[in-house]
Amino acid sequence: MRLDCPICGSRDRREFYYQGDAVMLARPAVDAGEAAWDGYVHLRDNPAGQTRDLWQHEAGCGAWLVVTRDTVTHAVFSVQLASDVKGTTA
Amino acid sequence: MAELKARTPCGDMLPVTHGAAQLVELDLGIVTSVMVTGDEDALSDALEAAHGVAFPKPNRASGKGGIRCVWFGRNQALLIGAAPDASLAAHGALVDLSDGWCAVRLSGGASEDVLARLVPVDLRAGHFKRGHTVRTLVGHMTASITRTGGEDFMILVFRSMASTLVHEVSEAMLSVASRES
Amino acid sequence: MRIKGKGLIDRSNTVSFSFDGRSYDGFEGDTVASALLANDVTLMGRSFKYHRPRGVLTAGSEEPNALVTVGSGAASEPNVRATMQEVYEGLRVRSQNAWPSLDFDLMAVNNLVSPFLGAGFYYKTFMWPRKFWERFYEPVIRRAAGLGGLSGAHNPDTYERAFAFCDVLVIGAGPAGLMAALTAARGGADVILADEDALMGGRLNAETYLIAGKPGHVWAAEAVAELAGMDNVRLMSRTTVTGAYDQGTFGALERVGQHHGVRSKGAPLECFWRIVAKHSILTAGALERPIAFQNNDRPGIMTAGAVRAYLNRWGVSPGKALTIFGNNDDAHRTARDLADAGVRIAAVVDSRTDVDVKGDFPVYRGAQVFNTGGGKELESISIRTISGVEKIQTDCLAMSGGWNPTVHLTCHMNGRPTWRPDIQAFVPTAGAIPGMVAAGACNGTFSTRGCLAEGADVAGKVLGTLGKKVPDVALPQAEDAPYRMEPLWAVAGKGRAWLDFQNDVSVKDVAQAAVENFRSVEHMKRYTTQGMATDQGKNSNVGALAVLADATGRGIPETGTTTFRPPYSPVTIAAMGAGAQGKGFAPQRFTTSHSASVEAGAPMIEAGLWYRPSYFPKAGEKTWRQSCDREVGYVRKAVGVCDVSTLGKIDIQGPDAAALLDFVYTNMFSTLKVGRVRYGLMLREDGTVMDDGTCARLGDHHFVMTTTTAAAGTVMKHLEFVAQCLHPEWCVAMTSVTEQWAQFAVAGPKSRELLNGVLDAPIDNDSWPFMACGDTSVLGVKGRLFRISFSGEHAYEIAVPARYGESLFRELVARAQGLGGGAYGMEALNVLRIEKGFITHAEIHGRTTAFDVGMAGMISAKKDCVGKVMAARPGLVSADRERLVGMKPVGAVKMLSAGAHIFGKDAEAVRENDQGYVTSVCFSPEVGTYIGLGFVKNGPERYGEVMRVVDHLRALDVEVEICPPVFFDPEGGRARG
Repeated sequence: MRLDCPICGSRDRREFYYQGDAVMLARPAVDAGEAAWDGYVHLRDNPAGQTRDLWQHEAGCGAWLVVTRDTVTHAVFSVQLASDVKGTTA
Repeated sequence: MAELKARTPCGDMLPVTHGAAQLVELDLGIVTSVMVTGDEDALSDALEAAHGVAFPKPNRASGKGGIRCVWFGRNQALLIGAAPDASLAAHGALVDLSDGWCAVRLSGGASEDVLARLVPVDLRAGHFKRGHTVRTLVGHMTASITRTGGEDFMILVFRSMASTLVHEVSEAMLSVASRES
Repeated sequence: MRIKGKGLIDRSNTVSFSFDGRSYDGFEGDTVASALLANDVTLMGRSFKYHRPRGVLTAGSEEPNALVTVGSGAASEPNVRATMQEVYEGLRVRSQNAWPSLDFDLMAVNNLVSPFLGAGFYYKTFMWPRKFWERFYEPVIRRAAGLGGLSGAHNPDTYERAFAFCDVLVIGAGPAGLMAALTAARGGADVILADEDALMGGRLNAETYLIAGKPGHVWAAEAVAELAGMDNVRLMSRTTVTGAYDQGTFGALERVGQHHGVRSKGAPLECFWRIVAKHSILTAGALERPIAFQNNDRPGIMTAGAVRAYLNRWGVSPGKALTIFGNNDDAHRTARDLADAGVRIAAVVDSRTDVDVKGDFPVYRGAQVFNTGGGKELESISIRTISGVEKIQTDCLAMSGGWNPTVHLTCHMNGRPTWRPDIQAFVPTAGAIPGMVAAGACNGTFSTRGCLAEGADVAGKVLGTLGKKVPDVALPQAEDAPYRMEPLWAVAGKGRAWLDFQNDVSVKDVAQAAVENFRSVEHMKRYTTQGMATDQGKNSNVGALAVLADATGRGIPETGTTTFRPPYSPVTIAAMGAGAQGKGFAPQRFTTSHSASVEAGAPMIEAGLWYRPSYFPKAGEKTWRQSCDREVGYVRKAVGVCDVSTLGKIDIQGPDAAALLDFVYTNMFSTLKVGRVRYGLMLREDGTVMDDGTCARLGDHHFVMTTTTAAAGTVMKHLEFVAQCLHPEWCVAMTSVTEQWAQFAVAGPKSRELLNGVLDAPIDNDSWPFMACGDTSVLGVKGRLFRISFSGEHAYEIAVPARYGESLFRELVARAQGLGGGAYGMEALNVLRIEKGFITHAEIHGRTTAFDVGMAGMISAKKDCVGKVMAARPGLVSADRERLVGMKPVGAVKMLSAGAHIFGKDAEAVRENDQGYVTSVCFSPEVGTYIGLGFVKNGPERYGEVMRVVDHLRALDVEVEICPPVFFDPEGGRARG
């Protein structure tokens, strides 16, 4: 498997650390309530198909990345800098 | 009064030669991590003014008159060979890393083949030219690799991993050398 | 026997090798299989289950029968295909899976009891009594059925891994592959051409037809020579592309040393390549199908293409009177080539009636071979024709049931091949592997001219995608015969007709599976084990599917499909894990004081990747405890020195550095004064403790955080996550400086006295109070000094640039010894912190909260932080949680052990009564007994209660009193002194 790091270019999977669902970008407000926090910390979809998750280019530039890919075909649709994604949605 | 003696990371483990590849330890002098905390262009201008080298683009290294600036990660570069000018501090975080990394030079006609045993990145001359650099892995170690000449590579790994670096590269050198005959 | 004037072997170079202890001669260029056949040896193995005598079926890596063990002793390698092993002087080959010998195999008794060992026999026979399975049946079956064995000794061979990159990976160097590689390379693409054979050319080396007016192998050699001369081409012979993976990554196994008798130092046996290709062209050719009929597995029976290969490539006729049995025109080539070479042909048997074949030999049209005769060698075949039954004497039968395209790699990413009725075979489904196109025989194009044309065509298209100009490549003249065949999978008749030679699965077994309603091909496979041997059914999948289709009255495509998983052919674990054993398993991290500690005789223990001294033994000390107690005494009474460089150190700078720290620590750091250090606790977002440590403020916008050794990487990742994913608007820069500084704890009542001997500017309690930090100068070297304590004593940590680490460590230890102290190791460090109730990852092990470790008060109410919301959940702050306590033995037994569980004093030590567990224990010289830290329900509320600590693993049962976790100097006056 390879990912196209927006900073470093196409790299082998071994350089990357896998975190999990990119829902982690959307940290609820302190007073958002139990349901919101439960969803943020614990609830994850397990799609057969398109998924969006967080990786870190740990052995490369160190950037956190949002990777959109397909869990069935393994196709990678996009790799974005998490800071850019967060910056535009925050 | 007692005096503290300095010791290099590789010590007497190097130099090593096997076949058409040599591995020697490098003394880089002062090494400073420069991390962008403000405007990258302003930092680059300050670097250029003080040291004659621009802040490098990703995967690139710049150098002039013995001073090198090597891209080192997201928003980060290593300034090698000079004490950082005070003017830089306004634009970036400066951290002394002169002792943090073990630096070696791998050279010789077999150097590309040796690195192909250890590094999951295409480092062949057509794709990785002089002045190109990468952050990647050497075996299991995070590393910085820069082509410093036609057949010369500068490799940095954590200081504490110096003996593993020497071991891994030596094994690969032996392995490549065995195919030359 | 060897045929004069034939073959691509070097007859001037004779090599001798041994097979089962007997010496044979071969020529350079021979495989073990070809050389043995040249010596009229046909019996090369025993089958997996029934121990039936077997010879070679094929001439390639798909060989199911002729598996041998090469070499001897620790370096021996089992299950090597005799068809792939090149001979060299002194090569030693042994047969396997036979006892006492290949010729006389007692295990062949399995063959006689075969009625009981048919499909599903495991499931039916050995159900009862259940205990017998483990003790009797399984060991007996394992001994009787099997492949070659490992030596049991450490493998002394070197294996290699390597990475390669290209624009175009061409897999297979037959006519299509060579043409594709030539086209792509001339067009300027960066090309890798890989082929599993030692000699590139594929079938061109095994056939006699001409390309561009010259013998096919000559054309191939010229093409290879041209490619070898180009800078943009890498030729990888003896390299099997074993797997196709995501995003253009391929695994490939190169046989580097197997064909050399003597290997030089460091020379690898095999290299496992990871090849990354923008495009790949599959030109893997096709595999010939056997035909199932009774006793079709006798040595001397092989595929027709294999017979041609032995004749044309190696100059060997596998028999003196050959017969040919086929259902297609291709089989006739074998007859022609043999006849041209002067070998006697006893008969050509074609299952079709309408066939045109000419030659000086008997031809039987519309006929079928239905049985064979002989012992361990073929002696005769029995054929059925319209006019009756006939027996023909022959010592070699060449059979051909048609060809299966080598679609394997296209299935590796879950793709299924497509059935093509016109050739009665599966072909690759386009797009099954992104970036891969198939050409030639593996794509169902069987004529040589067709292969050449397709190879050039797909390479041209790939060049177009790469934005390169397609060069002018002339298509050479070559045979363009149509592929004519009529399906024939199994000949009707009695007895066992073999489909899967490697797993001993017959037509009857597959039919039996259908009878028992295992009608799905996936079920049939698992029930009969067809296709589940190391050859993955390369020779049998399609045939078995056809038999199943017949048995269930369906067509082949309706019955199912076939698929293949990586690897294409077996890859040794040693090759896949090359470089990762011994020292290569993980990097070793050494502190600057490492050699000084080793010199002092300290046993080094692993702490993550780091190596740290356990203790520093002195002459006369008999146990580690004596050394440890002495070292604890240094710190409590004089001064001790310990290398703490392994703790993570992170430099944090920027206008938002304090905001970041307030957010990741539970407590406040924005209020910390410059020149001061504070203890901090970090939570995960789910409310459990992630790590703890200290953080020093060196400037308004400059901090240095310390993490535990174990969590250094985790914490750095976490900080980056917060800075990039949650608060990219913050201006903050993090740099790991763990490796920059060598840092030593100097602890004990005489610590300041020691330091003032090395500091260029002496300190006192006012200039450097508890929790002060700042720059300093040590023997002329700029360093940093922190007054922090992990022992409860008056203590400091002093840091210098790592190059001076060893020198400073030796100096500090020497001076400590002068003050009645010395170096201390991990054991003493552990005792010192347990006595003070300081937690480590033994306590913050990923399931405990700030509340559990008694630090709920450290979660600041004035600000948000990671984990704050979730840590407040009722379940995480309820009093009856298991909470941190101390304990000491009060009964007859004075021992404690970590991992033991805690029960009520009079309760039975069973899970239902579990009240908690012990996390850390040590002998405390200060308390005079063992003490422990652990977690007990309602923890602090039970101080004074006597409980029972039980360690079932170490048979320990101890009465303890639960007490506060701080055993020593609870007021903390000593650290401030």
